[in-house]
Amino acid sequence: MAGGIYEKYKSDGSLAGNVLEWVDARFPATSMWKGHLSEYYAPKNFNFWYFFGSLALLVLVIQIVTGIFLVMHYKPDAALNAAGVPVAFASVEYIMRDVPGGWIIRYMHSTGASAFFIVVYLHMFRGLIYGSYRKPRELTWLFGVGIFLVLMGEAFFGYLLPWGQMSYWGAQVIVNLFGAIPVIGNDLSIIIRGDFIVGDATLNRFFSFHVIAFPLVLIGLVAAHILALHETGSNNPDGIDIKEKKDEHGIPLDGIPFHPYYTVKDIVGVVVFLMVFSAVMFFAPEGGGYFLETPNFYPADPLKTPPHIAPVWYFTPYYSILRAMVWNFFGLDAKFWGVVAMGASVVVFAFLPWLDRSPVRSIRYRGPITKAMVTLFVICFFILGYLGTLSPSPMGELVSQICMVFYFAFFLGMPWWSRMDKFKPVPERVTMK
Amino acid sequence: MSNQGKVDCGRRRLIVATAAVGGVGAVGALVPFVSSLLPSERAKAAGAPVEVDIGKLAEGQMMTVEWRGKPVWIINRTKDMLATLPKLDDKVADPKSEVASQQPAYAANPTRSVKENLLVVIGICTHLGCSPSSKFKAGAEEGMTADWLGGFLCPCHGSTFDFAGRVFKAKPAPTNLEIPPHVYLTDPRILIGEDKKGA
Amino acid sequence: MKKFLIALLFAPVMAFAAGAALHLDKWPGSVSDKAALQNGAKLFVNYCLSCHSASYMRYKNLMDLGLTEAQVKDNLMFAGEKIGDLMTVAARYDEQKKWFGATPPDLTIVARARGDAGAPKAGADWLYTYLRTFYRDDARPTGWNNVAFAAVGMPHVLWELQGTQVMNHETHKLELAVPGKMSPAEYDKAVSDLVGFMVWMGEPQQEYRQTLGIFVLLFLAVLFVVAYALKKEYWKDIH
Repeated sequence: MAGGIYEKYKSDGSLAGNVLEWVDARFPATSMWKGHLSEYYAPKNFNFWYFFGSLALLVLVIQIVTGIFLVMHYKPDAALNAAGVPVAFASVEYIMRDVPGGWIIRYMHSTGASAFFIVVYLHMFRGLIYGSYRKPRELTWLFGVGIFLVLMGEAFFGYLLPWGQMSYWGAQVIVNLFGAIPVIGNDLSIIIRGDFIVGDATLNRFFSFHVIAFPLVLIGLVAAHILALHETGSNNPDGIDIKEKKDEHGIPLDGIPFHPYYTVKDIVGVVVFLMVFSAVMFFAPEGGGYFLETPNFYPADPLKTPPHIAPVWYFTPYYSILRAMVWNFFGLDAKFWGVVAMGASVVVFAFLPWLDRSPVRSIRYRGPITKAMVTLFVICFFILGYLGTLSPSPMGELVSQICMVFYFAFFLGMPWWSRMDKFKPVPERVTMK
Repeated sequence: MSNQGKVDCGRRRLIVATAAVGGVGAVGALVPFVSSLLPSERAKAAGAPVEVDIGKLAEGQMMTVEWRGKPVWIINRTKDMLATLPKLDDKVADPKSEVASQQPAYAANPTRSVKENLLVVIGICTHLGCSPSSKFKAGAEEGMTADWLGGFLCPCHGSTFDFAGRVFKAKPAPTNLEIPPHVYLTDPRILIGEDKKGA
Repeated sequence: MKKFLIALLFAPVMAFAAGAALHLDKWPGSVSDKAALQNGAKLFVNYCLSCHSASYMRYKNLMDLGLTEAQVKDNLMFAGEKIGDLMTVAARYDEQKKWFGATPPDLTIVARARGDAGAPKAGADWLYTYLRTFYRDDARPTGWNNVAFAAVGMPHVLWELQGTQVMNHETHKLELAVPGKMSPAEYDKAVSDLVGFMVWMGEPQQEYRQTLGIFVLLFLAVLFVVAYALKKEYWKDIH
């Protein structure tokens, strides 16, 4: 709530006071500070699930800062150097070995990429269980879906850059998927690649997308996401609207200023996150072969496909759905319908505010049907994810199909199952559970 | 924040403590990023000292080697060439090589060299960086003036240097040609880029 | 809700199902054994570097094994390179492809590349098995085949040390037909050292990384204590 309603700062005569008064006459500094921090009243009952928003912002900063330093040394060039190794691949090893401190920066960036998705999935899960997507916060949710889509793109483009076997073939497979779109598919694939095969042209444009285009969009969407949230105010685990009960000054009874209470709490969250992050980064940077995949330690070879191509772990649920669509419809290839299903499985999140017809926001006051559906949805998501890491198999295909059906049923059936449940009475004031 | 203007003692102490520990962490976190700006192993290897074999360098001849991307001239000066140097003491801007940045201590002598006959000098004009041409013949034969005793002429803006790389007075170049650190290894090799104390 | 987080932790274990059909012998060495790594470096430079480049390594890095510059120059450098040079092969990679059919791959990070999802350290096991399971096979152009890498294009470079193995087609086990300069135990140790060197070469700073990690975690523990105390102090206000 920047602008108008906050008074401009009046100096107390000190130098700092005078400077602030000068700035405030020209820029909404105090207004922004008050509106978003010291007088932004957030519910006092935020729990563990509420750490992940600020952590997502932290990881974004980590990725941008480490990215800036990596770009100083990385070379997006698919040509072979004197030793027969692609320059891009060799430049990553150059960073790991020849650049002082380079290996730390590289590992921070690779761990950060996986951390970003872990944090964002947990953040989305919070939104799901507490009904944060519901009126009046639909736009915050939509900006969030936008962030998720852009983040997936950002990760996809970034993964090509090391130019390893997995980078190359993963990109090859995904770009070929666009070829499945009828009529325009082939030409679209060529435009995306800039060539007939994934090559230097592709590498360079993905570099541009990853380093500048998508980060700019991401930053814009994150700003919009936070502004929209602050316009309506935050939800809370009880799903209660704290603005309904205000004191004589207009301050919500169950609200506390974000600063200092949540700034100080989020610092603790950051420290714990950094402990986990550092543990991975310093002791298992390869993430068991999931954060830095072993085939990617081979330089890209257009003539040799690795025995087992799989996308990085955070894409595997959607990849499973893609592979599960094996039927041709209406004269169009199963491949095309796979792309449609995969796209739909991400886009369907955007409809959540309108699919949910429950009278109650938070899962805390919803009944067994909701709890069962959410539990099954999460289990399906994990199963799909796990199956996506494996080679295709008849059993895997069947299980993926079952999980995919449930996945869509969760969303598309929501207008009915969300109304059918038993509901508990929602309290008047927040509970500090 | 409740409407207290001041933060109480306990809180202030904790804020300071957290900020202090956090600050240490922030500085520690900065270290790899700032280090990454320093020359990498590749840059250091490319700038490594160069070993030169001067066994075949005849009297009066000059050879050029590359060190750190710069041309380094090694000239086996004849007695006549060396004899021109004292005659030019009042025509050059820095006859005693007093500008310390242009040569290591062991080359701050009349011949600007370790061994009297051998000049090891970076062939880059100290004006704006062009590489001077050699004009070893005395007199007007190579297009110089009649009183020319021999040395180098920079084609870009006309600076001239003698057989010790000393710049002549009233020329655009401000200082003598730079002598790189160098050390003589077992004959007939010179290591350019390093002197006895190491890199 | 916490159950889901626990389920997440099991993911790496579940992935183990994507296992290898080939049984790999466990590499018995350790990256902290400097003497073993130095021996491995010597073997690498003598036997491997003629065909396989290690083009992300510099000779200078070998000093981190506890060697002086002079020791590296005298024992591990042969062809007039400088100490800061990359460990490349003299031949051009495209010519090698013509001569051998395939360019011998760069080995700098082979220990990392030969790992498995869920078992990134398996690369060492693969290399250890590979270098010890060459056997005579006249059907192959080189006369050699390998249990870990069927129809490999590489001959058994270390045959003089190991001797000659043959495949017993009834038991499907390898037998030593002609002994080499080393006993099987000595050869296994030599291969272990060589593999250790390649594991080290894959990530030379791995030990430092872990040491640094301990310091970072200890520091964060201290920061946690202060930050938590600060949080608790402020949150006294809230009921």
